[in-house]
Amino acid sequence: MHLSSREWWTVVHGMVLGTAFLLAFAGGLAGLYSLRPGLLTDEGIGERARRLKFGTWAMAVAAWLTVITGSFIVYPWYRAEAADSPKSLLLANPSTADWHNFAMEWKEHIAWIAPFLATAVAFSVTYYGVQLVKEQGIRKNLLVAFCFAFIIAAIAGALGAFITKAAPIS
Amino acid sequence: MTDDTGSGKPFGPVAAVFVAAGIASLILGILTTLAEASGSVKSALEWSKSVGPLMGKTLLSSAVFVVLWVILAAAWRGKTPQPKKIFTLTAILVVVGIVMTFPIFFQLFEAT
Repeated sequence: MHLSSREWWTVVHGMVLGTAFLLAFAGGLAGLYSLRPGLLTDEGIGERARRLKFGTWAMAVAAWLTVITGSFIVYPWYRAEAADSPKSLLLANPSTADWHNFAMEWKEHIAWIAPFLATAVAFSVTYYGVQLVKEQGIRKNLLVAFCFAFIIAAIAGALGAFITKAAPIS
Repeated sequence: MTDDTGSGKPFGPVAAVFVAAGIASLILGILTTLAEASGSVKSALEWSKSVGPLMGKTLLSSAVFVVLWVILAAAWRGKTPQPKKIFTLTAILVVVGIVMTFPIFFQLFEAT
């Protein structure tokens, strides 16, 4: 039951922040979906708006921390020039080379789009606050952008999990 | 014609952050493709030996996001651009950005 510091960082990057991101998305999605006048009382709208602000900002912060730890802490270990680095091991075998050439090459870039969109949604929710209930067209677009940010992060996360399975950082 | 939407709040600040996010995504895609096509661009983006060109691509696009957000928010303060147009523009910018970060696309431009 021992994890090296590198393994701890991969846990923080993939599991801790990933789980926080997922939870925040679930809360934010439920809040955005149900922020409709027919479903809530005036008191309910106020309470829901506060939770929505928390959920959307939590997802945005988790997204930023995930890409920052992934790109600037974990990724250098992955791409080290040593023969036993995950990148070297994957490229050494033609049957695993696409885990780098496709999966990592896409993951390392696309993941950064998620925090841009998540921040845009969180700011918008904060800006409108309870007034968002009167902006149903905008609420629906925020819902789409929020889901899109999640899908992008999910693609990056899934690719990361597969890459870690093929060549873990140790 | 008013500058307000249904809530009485101008849409400008929200438009600013969404357009900034879209353009930042596009910049990320453009830098990814340019780094593949040109060795000198790739080297120029390599601000850290251990991280490689990813450092320049991501920090530049993040800087574009923040700076554009501030500029557009100032430009659109108190104004209400059409939400439909802004969200459509953002979607187009993000999708193009994603395509340009897709390896099968940007590897077509790989420097020989």
